[in-house]
Amino acid sequence: MATKPFTYDISRGFLPGHRACAGCGQAAAVRMVMEIAAPNCVVTNATGCLEVFSTPYPESAWGVPWLHSLFENSASIASGVEAALRKQGRLENTRVLAFGGDGGTVDIGFGALSGMLERGHDILYVCYDNEAYMNTGVQRSGATPYAASTTTSPAGRASFGEDHPKKNLPAICAAHGIPYVATASMAFFADLKRKVRKALGIRGPKYIHVHVPCPPGWGYPEKDTVEIGKLAVETGLFPLVEWEDGEVTRVRKIKRLPVEEYLKPQRRFRHLFRTEEGKAKLAEIQAIADSNIEKYGLAG
Amino acid sequence: MRKMIEGSRAVAEAVALCRPDVISAYPITPQTHIVEDLSQMVADGQLDAEYIRVESEHSAASACLGAVAAGSRAYSATTSQGMMLMIEVLYNIAGMRLPLVITGVNRALSAPLSIWNDQQDTMGIRDTGWLQLYAENSQDALDMHIQAYKIAEDDRVLLPVMVCMDGFVLTHTYESVDMPEQEQVDAFLPRYNPLYRLDPEDPYTLGAFVGPEAYHEVRYVLQQDCLGAKEVVKEVARDFQKAFGRWSGDVIDTYHCDDAETIVVALGTLVGTLKDWVDARRAEGQKVGVVKLRCFRPFPGEELVEAVSGAKQVVVLEKAVSVGAQGIVASELRSALYGKATVPVACSFVGLGGRDITFDTIDEACKRAGDGETEFFAGLRTEVLEEA
Repeated sequence: MATKPFTYDISRGFLPGHRACAGCGQAAAVRMVMEIAAPNCVVTNATGCLEVFSTPYPESAWGVPWLHSLFENSASIASGVEAALRKQGRLENTRVLAFGGDGGTVDIGFGALSGMLERGHDILYVCYDNEAYMNTGVQRSGATPYAASTTTSPAGRASFGEDHPKKNLPAICAAHGIPYVATASMAFFADLKRKVRKALGIRGPKYIHVHVPCPPGWGYPEKDTVEIGKLAVETGLFPLVEWEDGEVTRVRKIKRLPVEEYLKPQRRFRHLFRTEEGKAKLAEIQAIADSNIEKYGLAG
Repeated sequence: MRKMIEGSRAVAEAVALCRPDVISAYPITPQTHIVEDLSQMVADGQLDAEYIRVESEHSAASACLGAVAAGSRAYSATTSQGMMLMIEVLYNIAGMRLPLVITGVNRALSAPLSIWNDQQDTMGIRDTGWLQLYAENSQDALDMHIQAYKIAEDDRVLLPVMVCMDGFVLTHTYESVDMPEQEQVDAFLPRYNPLYRLDPEDPYTLGAFVGPEAYHEVRYVLQQDCLGAKEVVKEVARDFQKAFGRWSGDVIDTYHCDDAETIVVALGTLVGTLKDWVDARRAEGQKVGVVKLRCFRPFPGEELVEAVSGAKQVVVLEKAVSVGAQGIVASELRSALYGKATVPVACSFVGLGGRDITFDTIDEACKRAGDGETEFFAGLRTEVLEEA
């Protein structure tokens, strides 16, 4: 029987055959972002899962020009790319996108990102947030949520896991007064694509923070990535919000599910369901969701 | 055109003559006058460049990296702590074979904090894969920047070049320089024409990760090309002489070395002091000479061996310490001499943190070397040591 050779369209930007884990929320999100952004774009990429699984030399999953340098400088190298394209008269027809994970964005690349936003570069920065340093083995980052157990904020007899709430980087980006900031989830495909399309239609600095569930890091079956992603949003723990010029302009109304529905399927939160103290933490997490719902007006 | 200008101004004007597309820098003393001058040129519309005012030196180097990857000629300048913050990116730029040019203003490292001159900063990045040229005076610094782009962008090299100049001693000193005309520089240094660049019409993946099956070879090629760049440095110096009529050495330069019994080796502005010292001591009948180490990376071992082999002793004056080991240039020179010549090489640390280097300092270094000392600090103030 003759087999049909595998073919793909390079103009789609991000191509199959890469080495992401099964059920990787980030790979799915990148594919959706690139469906909107490709082919007339340049992508810069921080060190991390995406860089590693998409470019093991001599292979590459990228159908668009792609530049990786270091962990903390995706925003800075993108700034240089953008300036060069402007000087060469190529910026009009080329969009510059800077990618990073939560560690490369919220923590070590924070200064570089703030500089990029403040300087007004015509760049869309996309943070793929899987809420810990997954590439190095699930260490906590500034984006790790309250009470999650990671390898450096492990639950134990004297610890309930991460002891600080998730840093609200999208709000910090919005405080720069840039034209457009949005949170998105890989589980809401049309919403994510709409936001990318909207961002790419605006000249100037844009920031999209995409929630991307991670099966090995969070501890849930690979087939459930979209379901987990939806629950994060529908509980109010990951609000979908848009800011324009620093003001909230649109939110996605939610079903307001109890946080346990999101937390219980995940290994990183299972310690909370085993002790009385853990149950008290569940109440605190519910309070975080309630606060988000109140703050952003998420109730339907 | 001849003019009397500050060293920083000479460099800024030379950089502008090279027509950089993108400049990105972060202010740090004593690099500031260079980037202020360039900022003003951009603000006045004299220089058509994108100037990115970054929030750190790490981002300055990173922005330049991105600009060169996108196919533009870029420039930055830094010194001391700023260079230390850049180190990670400096390795990256060399590894990615991006022909950036940076002015490495030489300043001491903290702690203790000092804004004054020595060469611990640029010596500290000697293993990055960057080429390093050390300027003796303002004219040298000016000319080196024009040569640096030519060297860096040569297809046989494709490596970044750092032009090192002593902070304050050179950056803030007024000297008479011959400033070339734009047409001359344009003829010598054509527009940057990269082999590849970030372009959606022809997409490349730049900065892929490489496993053990190929990393070893990538570093081998880097080492070969960096060593091979020595010939390009020489060639560009010759071409520059033809085009501009000036010569300040290629990888090294020598001054009264032919019959010298004592040869002093140094980098940067100290070479100028040493030339005066040689004149003075020769007038008294001492057979002394100077080797200017103009290109420190790649290290011109063969050329140095040839220059010093006939001497009775070599004294390396070092403005940097490899703490816990030896003088950096001295130990590399000894290594180059190994099996080829038996001339003894002494290392004298001088002028750290901006301490003036006088004829007395140089005399002390040569005397102690003659007495058989091999590694020592010249000019130590005993009263400070006693206090400590």
